[in-house]
Amino acid sequence: MAYSITAAGRTHTFRDLKTLLAKATPARSGDALAGIAAENEEERVLARMALAEVPLARFLDELLIPYEDDEVTRLIIDTHDRAAFALIGNLTVGAFREWLLDPATDTETLARTASGITPEMAAAVSKLMRNQDLILAAQKCRVVTRFRNTLGLPGRLSVRLQPNHPTDDVRGIAASMLEGLLYGCGDAVIGVNPASDSLRAVIGLLDMMNGFRERYEVPTQTCVLAHVTSTLCAIERGAPVDLVFQSIGGTEKTNRSFGVALATLEEARSAALALHRGTVGDNVMYFETGQGSALSADAHEGVDQQTCEARAYAVARHFQPLLVNTVVGFIGPEYLFDGKQIIRAGLEDHFCGKLLGLPMGCDVCYTNHAEADQDDMDTLLTLLAVAGVNFVMGVPGADDVMLNYQSTSFHDALYARAVLGLRRAPEFEAWLERMGMASTRGELLAPEAEQRLLPAAREWLR
Amino acid sequence: MSDTGSDVWMQLRRFTPARIGLGRVGGSLPTRALVEFELAHAQARDAVHAALDPDALAQELQKQGFGWPILVRSEASDRMEYLLRPDRGRALNATSREGLQQFVPGRRGCELAVVIADGLSAQAPARHAASLLREMRALSDLLGEGTVFILATLARVALGDQIGELLQAKAVLVLIGERPGLSSPDSLGAYLTWAPRVGRTDAERNCVSNIRPEGLSYPEAARKLLYLLGEAQRLQLSGIQLKDDSESLPARLP
Repeated sequence: MAYSITAAGRTHTFRDLKTLLAKATPARSGDALAGIAAENEEERVLARMALAEVPLARFLDELLIPYEDDEVTRLIIDTHDRAAFALIGNLTVGAFREWLLDPATDTETLARTASGITPEMAAAVSKLMRNQDLILAAQKCRVVTRFRNTLGLPGRLSVRLQPNHPTDDVRGIAASMLEGLLYGCGDAVIGVNPASDSLRAVIGLLDMMNGFRERYEVPTQTCVLAHVTSTLCAIERGAPVDLVFQSIGGTEKTNRSFGVALATLEEARSAALALHRGTVGDNVMYFETGQGSALSADAHEGVDQQTCEARAYAVARHFQPLLVNTVVGFIGPEYLFDGKQIIRAGLEDHFCGKLLGLPMGCDVCYTNHAEADQDDMDTLLTLLAVAGVNFVMGVPGADDVMLNYQSTSFHDALYARAVLGLRRAPEFEAWLERMGMASTRGELLAPEAEQRLLPAAREWLR
Repeated sequence: MSDTGSDVWMQLRRFTPARIGLGRVGGSLPTRALVEFELAHAQARDAVHAALDPDALAQELQKQGFGWPILVRSEASDRMEYLLRPDRGRALNATSREGLQQFVPGRRGCELAVVIADGLSAQAPARHAASLLREMRALSDLLGEGTVFILATLARVALGDQIGELLQAKAVLVLIGERPGLSSPDSLGAYLTWAPRVGRTDAERNCVSNIRPEGLSYPEAARKLLYLLGEAQRLQLSGIQLKDDSESLPARLP
């Protein structure tokens, strides 16, 4: 179906809903690369004006990727909660934006509506929202998840400790992990990206981290971010797997390029659940996403990259994850060109994920070939912390020496806590206090006070 | 209240190139660590935007006895377009395409095309390509007659597929600047593709990455590449089926 708008005496027509969404998207290099972006600024705004008038119900009738062709579309449609949708079912996209910003729409209402919102509806409304709208609406959403601690509570910010090493050296990883813990990072997860996908390396790292966690009774979870099939093999061999990790995308083809299907994820989740390793909850999945992955795999089906990203959240939502992380600036300037585009994408992803009911975190990051720097990361980190992001990354000195990109550092997390008064997960906070590493208010104590963990760890490193 | 001097951190730093033990002022970075980071980022940024000087590198290759390479260029018009349009970096411009079509192979045809390319760091091939090739030649006669050398600018890895196809090469080896890391602005990557032709996927290549004196040394890299070349010749293929004793591909190619 075509969509038309008359403005300034001219009528402009958009071929179909997919085209309308792509043209309405704030400018980004990936959509231009795909040849689906608005041709000029005026067309972009005209598309937004037309999109504002589209009823939300339209998204249930005009599917962007055919039901027969794509299992992600089938998942979205088959699991759509019509009762929850009834709350917003008579709204247009423009009215939906106003509903989200209305103070009467509170945390509880948003939680009740989440299962009635499809990713396409979330993506559509985000295209009409300014950055402040994305922050205001996301801040009202609360998504709390649990495994060995409680993540996502109001006033809290957690950190994934990311102690990567270029050759998976166990002592090198342990050294970065120790420092991260001494900076009070690691309550979201201690998660290593392995340089090698070899099963032996994966199990070695799992054993090391699990041994450390048990010995010092750290109330957190550990994860080696290997391919889901490697993690399944590790489970079969009896390795201590807390969380199952996988990169996912918003189309069936994208997921195939990652070597996964919904059935693979279901199988892995069942295997992890059967281990019963969670103590306060059973959210066992950890997903990573990022705008541009579908286009990069030539699997975007003509859909804009931000809408593809929101569709990945439908995949994530189905498996009740502990953590969902949008790795926003990792992909490079051909998808998100500069700091402005990365910041915008980070806020969109966080908003869409939260609106759909996901425990959203963000890898606030950039590569050296993007037009971005630390100042841009400071801006995005601050905005997301205000918006209530569940977690961010903690990389030593912001420099990931294995993946060759810059993320947020242990210091950055301390900055966000200092300026916004954000605390760690309650169980982890209590552990830091028990270990003499932080005060009751969560402030790190002077280096002398670190001595309870550090000397012991030195012994353990030998 | 900076604690950079801590003995324990000095010990732990031996185990990793990661930026640990930087110390803190309250929760913030000490000034020294701040400016050191900025210097590393500046170097990486300069590496991304620097242009390769083809004549200088061609002269170096000739001096080392590899002959004067064929110079080619991708469809990308400048560095900015190269960054924004990876598709243009994977295709030869018209002049280069015609030049290669007219290429007359020697008596043994083209056993191997060696493509030396700027990629995302022109410093990497400028500093390491000739040394690596010299090391490979010292260990094997694979780089003798039947090897054609090409120097490519504004190039992505897959440009080697088109070059190899036009030269009817049995295999193509692309030596290309990798995306600069904060601590590695001049890291060279080597990608081997058997039976190159346009449309080959990344799963059909083998990769040896992080080639530079501070990373994988020239002799180590040369041994790995010669092993892969030998196996590719024996099995008549490259890629994941050759995976066992080689490196897996990084997440994103230059």
